[in-house]
Amino acid sequence: MILDYTVRTVALGAAVLGAVSGALGTFAVLRRQSLLGDAMSHAALPGIALAFLVTRQKDPWVLVAGAAVACWLAALAVMAVVRQGRVKYDGALALVLSVFFGFGLVLLTAIQRLPDATQAGLDKFLFGQAAALLARDVTVMGLLGGTAIAILLAGWTRFQVLSFDPDFAHSLGLRVRGLDVLLTSLLVVAIVIGLQTVGVVLMSALVVAPAAAARQWSDRLGPTVALAALFGAVAGASGALLSSVTERLPTGPTIVLSASVIVALSLAFGPARGLVWDRIRAARNRATVQADLVLRALHALARGHEDPHHPHAEAVLALSLERKGVRRALEALEERGQVTRAGPRAWALTEDGLAAADRAEAPR
Amino acid sequence: MNPTPVRPQPLPGTTPDAAVPAPAIEIADLTVAYRDKPVLWDVDLAVPAGVLMAVVGPNGAGKTTLIKSVLGLVRPSAGSIRVLGLPYHDARMRVAYVPQRGTVDWDFPATVRDVVTMGRYGALGWFRRPGRAERDAAMAALEQVGMAAFSTRHISQLSGGQQQRVFLARALVQDAEAYLMDEPFQGVDATTEHAILEILRALRARGRTVVVVHHDLQTVAEYFDQVALLNIRLIASGPVAEVFTEERLRETYGGRARLLGGAA
Repeated sequence: MILDYTVRTVALGAAVLGAVSGALGTFAVLRRQSLLGDAMSHAALPGIALAFLVTRQKDPWVLVAGAAVACWLAALAVMAVVRQGRVKYDGALALVLSVFFGFGLVLLTAIQRLPDATQAGLDKFLFGQAAALLARDVTVMGLLGGTAIAILLAGWTRFQVLSFDPDFAHSLGLRVRGLDVLLTSLLVVAIVIGLQTVGVVLMSALVVAPAAAARQWSDRLGPTVALAALFGAVAGASGALLSSVTERLPTGPTIVLSASVIVALSLAFGPARGLVWDRIRAARNRATVQADLVLRALHALARGHEDPHHPHAEAVLALSLERKGVRRALEALEERGQVTRAGPRAWALTEDGLAAADRAEAPR
Repeated sequence: MNPTPVRPQPLPGTTPDAAVPAPAIEIADLTVAYRDKPVLWDVDLAVPAGVLMAVVGPNGAGKTTLIKSVLGLVRPSAGSIRVLGLPYHDARMRVAYVPQRGTVDWDFPATVRDVVTMGRYGALGWFRRPGRAERDAAMAALEQVGMAAFSTRHISQLSGGQQQRVFLARALVQDAEAYLMDEPFQGVDATTEHAILEILRALRARGRTVVVVHHDLQTVAEYFDQVALLNIRLIASGPVAEVFTEERLRETYGGRARLLGGAA
């Protein structure tokens, strides 16, 4: 039941758009264009509305063509405002995003007041509706997305050096302007093929999140892009499946939540930068330091006696160190064979412990 | 073994027997303005082939802009620039550029070798991936700058001096005839400074032309053959012994220059 034809179509479509936006989103993130992606996806709304008003068709690909044009105009508008020099880049993005999106909402409201009944459904583009995906849509998504990925791979070295150091790319004789336009166009493709499923409001999350997650697992561009595509596909498919088996759960937010889970897991467990490993390393360091302190304290106390193995009470150790966790440190030392229980809550150094304490106290 | 092929001498655009060889870079009447403010004003500069030239001047003197103009990265308001006797576009495969290291994001997912290999990307067409030849060239360049042991490190794990050497290696794999370097000595330790200087001298020994934006007046005479004193206008240029005088420096820095610890 769960893998019936419709559901499979939806999952496949969402996986395709996730993979494409994940791969191209990585370049957007590396070029610090995450917010440009956000501005462009919001700017798609007036494009969709105008495409409908002009053609009076609900064919999603007619609307998506309108969206693509609007995305491009938004990107150009951002560049134009920045070039004016009076508004900085972030301000220009905010300006373009809100102006385009506001205009889109106005148009949407106007459309909903039209007597003509065919308008119903345009608001699906706000938060996306995967359930409406048809096999034909998935084919178009696959073709567009596949072409975008093929171009990305064909110009891989160019896009790599463009993203890392555009001035150097220019000095190599590469046509930086043209490459920039091409890569931004590919991003537009990635965004618009997702609009039907994810919606204009949250589409940018699917551009940024897989890239952010993938970056936690790799320090090289190739694996990062491949992983981002994989994460995007997983987030897309799982989100779409969840939303299609749950009534009235919009697809866009569900996909974005899936992506967020992947990001959270990556931030926590990514090998080089994972927060969890950091914590564990730090805790292990603290534990070692603590054990050393206890060992030395025990040694210092024993020095007051003829016998270096003279036992002392745990409470005395805790008092002399003014620290908590002495018990745990002692148990760790016992495991290493450096202390031994000399009675209920009393501990003594072993030979090993004595040697270790001497080593710990020796000048380095 | 010498992994980087040495181009046959003489370099194009030069006539070895003539008393005055044709300049490697020739700038005439160059004026660059950002908005209405001139950054470079009517600069005429000839860089002879096969020299180490320092470009010196106070902050905001237009040193970086001068280099970027030669590379076609900024559009001049007026003037003409010829590189190796040609317009830049036709000479671009024979020119290497070392930008300031602060201009890129060192958190970019790339290893040291990945970055150095980029120096060969100009010669790779579409659909091509770097192969063994590119990898070998990158390793040879890393060997030259003493960074071969770091080839698989991520670039964020490098010190400033090591980053600078990686950038230098990236320019070396281009095997160019003219090198334009923006502050390669900025913020590096003494060891790296010495290593970089050795590389510059090796380039000169092979007949290459090297132009370096430099900020340390103390070392100009020791490191360079030629110097250009720049403060929006070109104050003077030529052999260090002739041009690098207290008076000219005062003119360049507006009376605030200190040379060799002397009072301004």
